[in-house]
Amino acid sequence: MHASPFFLSDVAGFLGGYYAFIAAMNGVFAFLLWRKYGQPGWAITWSAFAGGMMVLASLALSGAPSLVPALPDSVRTVVNALSGPVLYSLGTMALFTVLFIFRKFFVQPMVAWTILNAALVLMGLSMADQNFAAIVMKPDNVPIVGLVFLLAFFTWVATKQAVVNDERIARGEPPMEKVNDEKVLVWPDLVYTELICMVAVTAFLLLWAICLPAPLEEPASSVKTPNPSKAPWYFLGLQEMLVYFDPWYAGVVLPSLVVFGLMAMPYLDFNKQGNGYYSIAERKFAYLTYQFGFLVLWITLIILGTFLRGPNWNFYGPFEYWTPYKVEVLNNVDLNQMFWVQWLDMPLPRAATDAPWYSQLGHILLREAPGLALLGLYLVALPPLLAVTIFRGMFAKMGFIRYLIMSNLMLLMLSLPLKMVLRWTMNLRYIVSIPEISLNF
Amino acid sequence: MAIGETIRNSQIWKSIFRHPMPLDRRNRIVVMLTNFFLHLHPVSIKKQGIALSFTWCMGGVTFFLFMVETVTGVLLMFYYRPTLEWAYNDILALRDVTSLGILRELHRWGAHAMVITTWLHMYRVFLTGSYKPPREFNWVVGVILLLLTLLLSFTGYLLPWDQLAIWAITVGSNMARATPFLGYEGPGQQLLTIGGIDMITDKSDARFGLLGARFVGEETLNRFYVLHCIAIPLAVALLLAIHFWRVRKDGGISGPL
Repeated sequence: MHASPFFLSDVAGFLGGYYAFIAAMNGVFAFLLWRKYGQPGWAITWSAFAGGMMVLASLALSGAPSLVPALPDSVRTVVNALSGPVLYSLGTMALFTVLFIFRKFFVQPMVAWTILNAALVLMGLSMADQNFAAIVMKPDNVPIVGLVFLLAFFTWVATKQAVVNDERIARGEPPMEKVNDEKVLVWPDLVYTELICMVAVTAFLLLWAICLPAPLEEPASSVKTPNPSKAPWYFLGLQEMLVYFDPWYAGVVLPSLVVFGLMAMPYLDFNKQGNGYYSIAERKFAYLTYQFGFLVLWITLIILGTFLRGPNWNFYGPFEYWTPYKVEVLNNVDLNQMFWVQWLDMPLPRAATDAPWYSQLGHILLREAPGLALLGLYLVALPPLLAVTIFRGMFAKMGFIRYLIMSNLMLLMLSLPLKMVLRWTMNLRYIVSIPEISLNF
Repeated sequence: MAIGETIRNSQIWKSIFRHPMPLDRRNRIVVMLTNFFLHLHPVSIKKQGIALSFTWCMGGVTFFLFMVETVTGVLLMFYYRPTLEWAYNDILALRDVTSLGILRELHRWGAHAMVITTWLHMYRVFLTGSYKPPREFNWVVGVILLLLTLLLSFTGYLLPWDQLAIWAITVGSNMARATPFLGYEGPGQQLLTIGGIDMITDKSDARFGLLGARFVGEETLNRFYVLHCIAIPLAVALLLAIHFWRVRKDGGISGPL
């Protein structure tokens, strides 16, 4: 812990405003429920909640350690102790799976609103923790907090419409978007919407600029390396991948493949349904692939890289102080070492230093034979195998070349989570390691 | 009232707007056809195509943020000097002493917002299946625009020349030295030799090309400044024009033709 006695009184004003904002938000919501939607029962519930938030606001404004609402120390300690890259990755994966499977339940407005409020309150309680606040309130990290809430909101908006459309399609009715397809004049309908959007964005940006100064640290110094050194936040997913892969793959090849794969997507997706309306049931494969790539691999890794990776890129719990002295044991082993030394109890195949080049090459290939065989199975043997089993229908519709590109992009995308699992379970460092030409995979 | 009438009947007004106020159906159509800025739009549009629950307005917001970045960026260029001697001091002065130093806040937060809205726009286009025929090519243009947006943000990140800037760019650009064959620490570069002399060294590899030097220094600042203020914005402007034009040619923002 690295507590400053002034921390709570410093954030008291912010937290008070924050809870008052939640209260106001719920007050408006309750009013709408009462007057517009005729649901007085729910209106009373949410007004009561708003009242509770006002109590929290006044407690927070006091700035006194005994009064400011915060998570109990025991909870924070347990969360810190439990969290790690494995639990984080599996936990988010499990969360997305549950949200997806029970999407009909979660898109209901009352459920979504409850979750939003729970998230906001949890965020407020966490913000009373100095270590948490230090990371989340760093100016350049604020956009990511915004991104998380915006993504959650828009995913809800999209899923809600997809659920309605999927039910309609199952009943043989057209999706809502097709019902609503009369034409209107662009002036005034669209032009005014655009104007209002521009004014709203300008106002929002001005408010943001007034409230939060842009970050400016000490002058640049090429001799003083900060720890941790981080890329800009939108590249932190890539930086996180460096834990599992060498830079040539995590920093160059995989990002290029992401761009290539995105560009190839419309040419690989042969499904003619779901064009121009929200739907999940009609395009499950494309939907799940994209969501896995975007929400699971891109967004959650950015959040991990930004909020949970501290000095020396070690993992820190959300309420943990970023001490630079945290030591993590690194005992990762290459596959060649595992195969030859640990399992066969032999030395690694090695040519004499003065041996001719073909002998050197032969020894390298022999040494890496297990890894190369595994990779060959994965990238060469698996696609045809999938084509005659679970992807049989897709293969028939896509044709050879499109299927080949799709299956390899898919397998290369999955190489990341697979490597993560291998690292966690077997401490595997490299599957193929040829330091002679700096090629480690 | 009378003044408004007089203005609208003047030769100047009529030379600019060649039709009466768009209050009736005919003039609402004419305004879309005769105004340069509005002719980007069609005259009429499917009600679905402008429903906020459907579009989220994220493409439009991204374009608007690009314009905000252009305007604030040009204004900042009047003030900021991209040299080791002045870069940091100019930003410091923008924060502490300059009137309208808030332009820098607008520019930086606008840039972050633009990255986010670009992702959200792409998310919406995917979720509504709007990349499907006939819009495959426009999706590809959009992916390039996404890449350029990230590069705009990345090049701009260096310009304040503080610790945050140079180390983020150092970490980011270190990737380039691992480029297969073209980076001096990349796999396979050992194979590119002529008569025993390495072709790929730290003075000739991909990272050197990006930074203009072996480490992030004055050459990099100049290089990123030009990329940030001239080269990438021009490329973005051209691709935006194609992007919007194709939306029209492909029959609106989504759905089969």
